[in-house]
Amino acid sequence: MHRRVSANPIRRFNYQGDPLAEPAPADLMEILDRYRGQRDALITVLEEIQARYSFLPAKHLQYASRELGFPLAQVYGISTFYNVFKLTAPGRYQVRVCKGTACHVNRSSAMLDHLSEKLGIHEEETTADGLFTLQTVACMGACSLAPVMVINDQTYGRMTPDLSWEILSELVASERPRV
Amino acid sequence: MSTVIRIGTSTCGQAAGAESVVGAVNAYVDRRQVPVTIQRTGCLGACHNEPLVEVTDNDVAVLYGPVSPERVSLVLDRHFGGGGGRWVDPSWILSRRPDHDDFPFLARQTKVTTRLCGVIDPMSLDDYLANGGYMALRDALRMPPEKVIAAVRDSRLRGRGGAGFSTGTKWEITRRQPASPKFLICNADEGDPGAFMNRTMIEGDPHRVLEGMLIAAWAIGASKGYLYVRAEYPLAVKALRNAIRQAAEYGVSGKNILGSGLDFEFVIKEGAGAFVCGEETALMHSIEGQRGTPSMRPPYPSVAGLWGYPTNINNVESFASIPSILLNGPAWFAALGTEQSGGTKAFALTGAVRASGLVEVPLGTPLRTLVEEIGGGCKSDRPVKAVQLGGPSGGCVPAELLDTRIDYEDLRRTGAIMGSGGMVVVDDTTCMVDFARYFLTFTQDESCGKCVPCRVGTRKMLGILTKICHGQGTHQDLERLTRLCETVRTGSLCGLGTTAPNPVLTTMRYFEREYVAHVDAGLCPAGICSMRPGTSTRAA
Repeated sequence: MHRRVSANPIRRFNYQGDPLAEPAPADLMEILDRYRGQRDALITVLEEIQARYSFLPAKHLQYASRELGFPLAQVYGISTFYNVFKLTAPGRYQVRVCKGTACHVNRSSAMLDHLSEKLGIHEEETTADGLFTLQTVACMGACSLAPVMVINDQTYGRMTPDLSWEILSELVASERPRV
Repeated sequence: MSTVIRIGTSTCGQAAGAESVVGAVNAYVDRRQVPVTIQRTGCLGACHNEPLVEVTDNDVAVLYGPVSPERVSLVLDRHFGGGGGRWVDPSWILSRRPDHDDFPFLARQTKVTTRLCGVIDPMSLDDYLANGGYMALRDALRMPPEKVIAAVRDSRLRGRGGAGFSTGTKWEITRRQPASPKFLICNADEGDPGAFMNRTMIEGDPHRVLEGMLIAAWAIGASKGYLYVRAEYPLAVKALRNAIRQAAEYGVSGKNILGSGLDFEFVIKEGAGAFVCGEETALMHSIEGQRGTPSMRPPYPSVAGLWGYPTNINNVESFASIPSILLNGPAWFAALGTEQSGGTKAFALTGAVRASGLVEVPLGTPLRTLVEEIGGGCKSDRPVKAVQLGGPSGGCVPAELLDTRIDYEDLRRTGAIMGSGGMVVVDDTTCMVDFARYFLTFTQDESCGKCVPCRVGTRKMLGILTKICHGQGTHQDLERLTRLCETVRTGSLCGLGTTAPNPVLTTMRYFEREYVAHVDAGLCPAGICSMRPGTSTRAA
């Protein structure tokens, strides 16, 4: 007999069961449980998830949606609206070059270009060894020490392109014995 | 009294290496076994000389900066002997008096809201109490709320976020609303690039902000206060968390505060990196856990704010002004400023200026005083070209208008705005077209996308400015740019869109020749624009 193939892509989707059939990991549940029933907590929840996992894994967003009762579209909307949320894993060191006015006037873009060239990555990209993610930030409020670079939570002021690369090189060197 | 060593360790100090200085001082003290108290303070404002170290013996206070870890033992040997004949470079000594009036950067300032920044340990409630902390709250709680509001109104304090609405009137409107509960919000989402007034105040003296909020809560009848702090300010959040915990232990938050019957609790909300959330309706949506997009006003937040309840939103600096108004009286505060606005305003003085940092001056002070006397002119020794006020929402005041008084109305007449306090000085090596383009890059990126004129308009404006910077602009582009400015200004809901054209409008008004040179001659007078498409505008 002739078998009709549906044009509908959903029909062809190979159903593999509920992606969230497994219960959420315990440490994720610990975060979600604390905010259960709070309608204003979504941003705070995502901030905590990111603090623990260093980014927002897709599955964790689905768990957050299911457990807290927010539509997944809303969870996704929030995670893409706000700049702090990352949907992919960042490098061990998040290098952020400040683009504030004072830093701009003091040529922070030259530092960004230099780091980008030396690391071989563009803004918002991570090096292949997973060590560095290069980002920019609107303003760190340390304008008197412009131009400013931030690595994870450490702020470095009065930078030059060469000096910033020197600091990154030291980090690379400090990583070596561990590997 | 033993010797006290104060080290400024707020974000700016840490960026300059203050943590290693603390380590070096500790090591020195351990080695020499000298009896000292080491105190970590906020920022004194003189950020250009960070890391700052102040040594106070009995009645002598000496302020040093910049003190690198290598300089620590040289500096401390001056006080504890054993220098072995080595001399401290005289330029490291910034001040020899406890009130710093021999240090030009600080001598010309009038510190009200930042009085204790860099003086006390921000993590210590005792330090704040020893300097008159929570005295204003005690006074306020003995007054009927109406009298507190009257005092704030008489002080002529106006919103320090930049809009300049009378704080007393705003409180009055919120108080009169029948709905309950009422909320307070402290707007610490200081997103303007080049601004750090709120960061310095919170990191240096967090209890002052809490005290201002508590007085507002009493005046308005609010039961809960949100502090919306920018995600980029981790130290400020840490200082606030600590201060809130101490306030609860001390009994100035929670139930029945100081026996007055006032119940009030603080909640910290960390922002998540969206500039538009500095706008009050967007900020409230963000607190409610939604995307931070603005909504139509009226109704104003005072009438229907958070979850539809009356909500009073003030800037950090407005709240920080309140304790001094109550302690010294509204007349004193009003007399500091001009006829229309009382008090002082803090500015983040940065850019090409020699002495940059946080500066607080009475309203009515000429811009020239800040730029030339406090800031010491340009570090390049070149002439000042312009002063940019209010970040991406503000405008440029050209050098010939430097005698303009710092006042909401006077500044608006120049096309610029008071803004929240960002003040970036530029010398003649800055291209004003590129400068305008820089701000448009920012607003274009930060537009939340709700209003089409803002979302599409800023993008188109940026496109035209980029074209001009690449030497491809025409006179038609300049006309189109002017028209777009009008469309974006009138067609956007919130302050981000309505003020986004300001950097373009003011630079076109005062520096039209530069735009024309780019278009007609294909020349960048400042030599900044590459004038070639597809290249970075700033020459490396």
